[in-house]
Amino acid sequence: MNSRDTQILEPGPCGMNPPAPPPLEVTRRDFFKTLGCGVMVLFLVPAAVAQEGGGRARGGRGGRGGGAAVPAEISAWIHIGEDGTVTVFTGKTEVGQNIRTSLTQAVAEELPAPLSSIKMVMADTDLVPYDMGTFGSMTTPQMASQLHRAAAAARGVLLDMAAEYFQVDKSTLTVADGKIFRTNADRNQAVTFGQLTKGRKFTKTVDNSTRVTPAGEWKIAGTSVPKVDGRDFVTGKHKYSSDMKLPGMMFGKVLRGASWKAEMLSVDTSAAEALAGVKVVRDGSFVGAVAPDSLQAEYAVNAITAKWADPPPDQPTDKTIFDYLRNNATAGGGGGGGRRGGGGAPSAGAASAQDAPAAAAAGAGQTLQQTYTVAYIAHTPLEPRAALADWKEDKLTVWTGTQRPFGVRGELAQALGIPEERVRVIVPDTGSGYGGKHTGEAAVEAARLSRAAGKPVKLVWTREEEFTWAFFRPAAVIDIRSGARNDGVITSWEFTNYNSGAPGINSPYRIPNQVAVSRSTRTPLAQTSYRCLAATGNNFAREVHMDELARLLKMDPLEFRLKNLADARLRAVFEAAAKAFGWGAAKASGGRGFGIAGGTEKNSYVATCAEVLADTASGTVKVVRAVTAFDCGAVVNPNHLKNQIEGAMVMGLGGALFEEIEFEKAMITNPHLADYRVPHFADIPKIEIVLLDNKDIPSAGAGEAPIIGIAPAVGNAIFDATNLRLRSMPMIPDGLKA
Amino acid sequence: MIGEADLFMPKVKELYVNGKTVPVDVDGERSLLSVLRDDLDLTGTKYGCGEGQCGACTVLLDGNPIRSCRTTAAEAGKHKITTIESLEKDGQLHPLQEAFLKMDAMQCGYCASGMIMSGFALLQKSRDPSEAEIIRFMSGNICRCGVYQRIMAAIQDGARALQTK
Repeated sequence: MNSRDTQILEPGPCGMNPPAPPPLEVTRRDFFKTLGCGVMVLFLVPAAVAQEGGGRARGGRGGRGGGAAVPAEISAWIHIGEDGTVTVFTGKTEVGQNIRTSLTQAVAEELPAPLSSIKMVMADTDLVPYDMGTFGSMTTPQMASQLHRAAAAARGVLLDMAAEYFQVDKSTLTVADGKIFRTNADRNQAVTFGQLTKGRKFTKTVDNSTRVTPAGEWKIAGTSVPKVDGRDFVTGKHKYSSDMKLPGMMFGKVLRGASWKAEMLSVDTSAAEALAGVKVVRDGSFVGAVAPDSLQAEYAVNAITAKWADPPPDQPTDKTIFDYLRNNATAGGGGGGGRRGGGGAPSAGAASAQDAPAAAAAGAGQTLQQTYTVAYIAHTPLEPRAALADWKEDKLTVWTGTQRPFGVRGELAQALGIPEERVRVIVPDTGSGYGGKHTGEAAVEAARLSRAAGKPVKLVWTREEEFTWAFFRPAAVIDIRSGARNDGVITSWEFTNYNSGAPGINSPYRIPNQVAVSRSTRTPLAQTSYRCLAATGNNFAREVHMDELARLLKMDPLEFRLKNLADARLRAVFEAAAKAFGWGAAKASGGRGFGIAGGTEKNSYVATCAEVLADTASGTVKVVRAVTAFDCGAVVNPNHLKNQIEGAMVMGLGGALFEEIEFEKAMITNPHLADYRVPHFADIPKIEIVLLDNKDIPSAGAGEAPIIGIAPAVGNAIFDATNLRLRSMPMIPDGLKA
Repeated sequence: MIGEADLFMPKVKELYVNGKTVPVDVDGERSLLSVLRDDLDLTGTKYGCGEGQCGACTVLLDGNPIRSCRTTAAEAGKHKITTIESLEKDGQLHPLQEAFLKMDAMQCGYCASGMIMSGFALLQKSRDPSEAEIIRFMSGNICRCGVYQRIMAAIQDGARALQTK
């Protein structure tokens, strides 16, 4: 887009409504009214970018659809107030990835200002500009980059103001710690940001052309700043959605069906209605109750009797799901499957690309065909879905934990038949999401109950509800057919994913004849995104298959990978992980084995080595040690990055070894933490992280990618230890079986 | 059908929480967790599963860590209840809370209260717990973000800080 570094200088007393040129007048007026005088910097993105993936028209402030005269939308803004407080407005949500801290660092770096003077206002649809949502590891590459630019522009504005204040050329001024200094004066004179912004109403719009501090010169970004509001979490003071409370608040609970998508045949609510303090709400097949306390609400819903239609007869179970997915695939390569020729060159048409691997395989020294499977798993956020809904004079406010506040605002408006302008969604920092909290089920339920009850209603899903009525990471069947010359060069590669999708489907290795297809299928359960999407399963299949090929060729698994790998960043993480791990120093013996795996995802590079102790007699596997080397470009916060990588490895270990949703007749049969095993203290290996800090490369988001290496590394280590090749995730749901 | 709430249920009129007797007026069958959170606004203690499997609701009953989701208000009775809110004294964090901050032993933070209360109970019993002891004692607490290694380090750091106090 063209530079829009337009400046609107507004002299005059604070509080006077300035003449307001479009498109920002409403925003600016409301903004100054709310926050008082100061300097405001708005970051603009092309409207097409802001709308990407959104699709629907949006209402509300900052969410205007871009007409011909409005080629840009605001994606974030920064206000520097008369007391020096820097307030940052963004639609991103904090779900444990520590972006409240990293985005604060971005602003503190560019101004520069003390971290403590910066306040982040996040994910409140009445206060922040429209945002698609917090997913796809986009916050760091996009929002942090935009805030760097907005804050750098704010520094420029403040320098101009300081030059006027001191009556000097701004080149004689320096900025540090929220103050601007005269550097060449006899004595150091300083003026604070607050003194400069007092009584001013200054607006500047900026875009991606604004220059920022190179990562190599960062002083605050790039350092291990502690979690900015950490104290609130270790004292229990932080209020999650489920902790919110309003005067007169009631507790809600909803009647659930007997199976997924079950049709309600009849319902009798009379017993529930007879209970003290209970109000039963019914709207079609939506039936729920509100009560003065959560136990009474539970009793009320338990007292409701309903009849439900049986699910269709051909429902698969967790035992038959993989045949079901293969047999119910839609024709052709659905699901946006990737397809490319050797070394990333465009393939010469689908038909010839399809045939090439088969032809190449015919001349290979070794060929291999294997199938890998991935079970349905649950995100299991420790804070289940929760919402508090409050209606005041036709305006609905909902506090809820979601990664898409504006998406949930749209869901609420649609479900309740009101315009989006009359819905406000506030997302307190949330008890995790992992890609599973994109929607607003609890928000809609609480809002319906609250409207019917005429009181604020809080609704917190039980763990059983969270396991049963949320969404799952999709199950998958993955077929790989490959060929390699006896010298270790891979000559052909065919990869087909049924159901879970295309992310991570293309091999990063240099393979001249490569075909990758993602096929959609009918699915028996509600499925959605999950940390790293299908890439975890696709990397598992590929990296286990690579290990199998290496064994066939009698090559060291690392040597085999490097022989077929041109990508310098991926080679570097493999080599760094191997070095830190001491790859090759010890050979498998006495049930001890070693495995390696890696890949690239979301512009990050991952390699993981694992050491396991496996005992086929007792069926136990202990992951003793794991090392991950990681490159996501310039590191924003080394300690928080290490924390994310460690966490992703632990989460990945659950899906690798034992997490599995069990189901039959369209109903989950293990919806409890006692039956669905997530990683515990005793499951954790000694974890070591090696960060490759590539300061010349823009920072990628890193909350997802580090999950992809651990499952294949552990699987390959188990094979090294036992000669048992495990091709299904989870690998040992019922222990290791010889 | 008669709802369970229709049956006679003894009321609990007071609880002993964080060193004080506090008046309540609740059905004895209600969970201690719900009474702490909804009636006493002590929301630092979290609901994670309601099944005693995740430890997010951990509080101390006479110094022993218990799952407040599986403990009724009647069972809590006159026992001494200690919640996360009591650890900070006069604006000073407990050394274990400081250690959690120092080790960055959280991501979303939802498990932190329960982890700290379990760790606090462990440090009351063992001044210098080994790794194996920590794993055994903390086995009922889940951190879904997976920061176990940091929590172990924080408990050991907290133990060291308490010893030098």
